Amino acid sequence: MCKQTVIQLTVNNHPGVMSHICGLFARRAYNVEGIACMPVNGGATSRIWLLVNADGRLDQMIKQVDKLEDVLIVERHDGGHAVFTRMAEFVA
Amino acid sequence: MRFSGAEIIVKLLERQGIETIAGIPGGANLPLYDALSTSSIRHVLTRHEQGAGFIAQGMARVTGQPAVFFATSGPGATNTLTAIADAKLDSIPVICITGQVPLAMIGSDAFQEVDTYGLSVPITKHNYLVRSVDELLRVIPEAFRIAVSGRPGPVVIDVPKDVQTAMLEFDVWPEPGGRGAGPELMAPELAYAARMIDEAERPMLYLGGGVVQSGSSALARALAEKASIPAALTLMGLGVLPVEHPLCLGMLGMHGARYTNLAMERCDLLIAAGVRFDDRATGKVAEFCPNARIIHLDIDASELDKIKSAHVPVAGDLADSLAALLELVRPGERARWLGEVARFKREHPMIIPGADDPCSPYGVILKAAELSGDEAIVCTDVGQHQMRTAQVYPFRRPRQWLTSGGLGTMGFGMPAAIGAALAAPDRTVLCFSGDGSIMMNIQDLATAAEHQVNIKIILTNNNALGLVRQQQDLFYGKRYFASDYSRRVDFLKLAEGFGLPAIDLGSSDDPESDLAAALAKPGPCLIHVPVSPDAPVYPMVPPGAANSQMIGGETHV
Ligand SMILES: Cc1ncc(C[n+]2csc(CCOP(=O)(O)OP(=O)(O)O)c2C)c(N)n1
Repeated sequence: MCKQTVIQLTVNNHPGVMSHICGLFARRAYNVEGIACMPVNGGATSRIWLLVNADGRLDQMIKQVDKLEDVLIVERHDGGHAVFTRMAEFVA
Repeated sequence: MRFSGAEIIVKLLERQGIETIAGIPGGANLPLYDALSTSSIRHVLTRHEQGAGFIAQGMARVTGQPAVFFATSGPGATNTLTAIADAKLDSIPVICITGQVPLAMIGSDAFQEVDTYGLSVPITKHNYLVRSVDELLRVIPEAFRIAVSGRPGPVVIDVPKDVQTAMLEFDVWPEPGGRGAGPELMAPELAYAARMIDEAERPMLYLGGGVVQSGSSALARALAEKASIPAALTLMGLGVLPVEHPLCLGMLGMHGARYTNLAMERCDLLIAAGVRFDDRATGKVAEFCPNARIIHLDIDASELDKIKSAHVPVAGDLADSLAALLELVRPGERARWLGEVARFKREHPMIIPGADDPCSPYGVILKAAELSGDEAIVCTDVGQHQMRTAQVYPFRRPRQWLTSGGLGTMGFGMPAAIGAALAAPDRTVLCFSGDGSIMMNIQDLATAAEHQVNIKIILTNNNALGLVRQQQDLFYGKRYFASDYSRRVDFLKLAEGFGLPAIDLGSSDDPESDLAAALAKPGPCLIHVPVSPDAPVYPMVPPGAANSQMIGGETHV
């Protein structure tokens, strides 16, 4: 069993940002196990939470995400995040 | 002020100092072309958008400044993709501005509509689909900033036709975009790195394209000299140290010299600067510099610990980190280590078959270098001719050497040479190509003739995909499948048809003086050199093997 972690991103909100982020993971064969996204601050930016497996490649993935021009802040929640605990209720 | 989107783009490009743009017009970017027609910017109409992309790359690689190219929507945009991906892998700042169908038609499978934004996501540093005319005032300068800041790279700006024609009323032009400051260095890290260098017995510098990009070749050289550290160069780092410099070990890796790879094998400290541990340079990574601790300097933090974890990773502009190290390290002699390296050089020299014959694959490179003097810029395509040029051309300056390193794109050489000649019109540009590669963008010979650029294409013709054939020879039981061209192309006639003078060294009575005459005459010229398909490029590290497993190029064979 892999330990999971949550990457929280603050990003510019416009069409295409999601494809930058998801494309990055897909291209490096790194699965995103869960994903949530909501606009913040009246919609100029969004917050994205990615639930991912914390294996040896995670540091590299975070550095790659951090390089994206539209990604403003990257935070890592190794203890998980309430977004996904609550969301789990919908799929239970 | 009131301008259309297209006028705004052109004006902003002028304000960025852009003087030449290559491209091809079409329905979706005609407003842009109409605006360009009244600009001071020179337009180079190519015969293929990939050529336009490589012309822009040639300009950017020579000057270090971002260069721009244009394409229309759909097939125009898809034709640019290889040149953009190539720029991404070699960190070259180019900006591709494509036309797009009008906003309301996006997503409708309209005529010549393709998802340029989606296609370019994985091969650009950043990309835009501009949705309103006022965004242009932000997007264009931002694209220039992104292209040159940090680790440079390509940017795509897709502009729908109605955004190009929309009018905007505004008061002031935005400031041109330029290079932002690099990340701040961490002093303790550098102090620790300097101590490691002081204490190392057999340190080695491993210098790459990042040193060229950051303009810190002189600093790298000063560091090597102060602490007496020999330096190996990657394919992209050639020219950082002049070949005759006593500390320069030339290229390492798959086609590096034996002594270079052997010295790497022996070193106890690797100071990697502006390199990304590409497998063509490292060979089997686990066995690369097996005895060495590693200091890795790079502006792109994601390169640190990516392939090999460093004992000291330093994120920052090389111009800053090399300058800091230069201050901190103690002067050193290292007589023993330099003696050992000299012995490697003596006992395992680079063997150059046919060095004195201007009609041989290596000889023509050496002769052309000798005849064209120190100022020449050197471009190549991809193949044996490229590796031979990398091995033996006497590079002496950064930005003298233009080659497709990361993507290894056949078709790169000739259009990149055109771009180089446009950016540096008073220099001679040598372009070493193969018959396979030149065919991939041969149509832009017409562009070369039209603009009378000073490029000399030295075509070593083996009627084969030489480097592929060499792999079949060595690793596929000599089964030469799909690597020989049975139909011989008459490149001399082709050149003539495109409007270029051409000479054939193979049928020349005095190849050396014919070559000299061709190089001396300004303007484009094709120099045809028939060579054998069976001449290998040695040494060679088999793909996937350790660099110590070099084949060929030994003194006794
Ligand atoms: C666009 C592209 N297609 C295929 C390849 C694979 N490839 C690498 S070298 C090579 C042969 C190059 O032949 P040529 O240009 O004639 O040069 P030579 O090796 O004979 O000097 C090929 C096909 C490539 N690098 N680029």
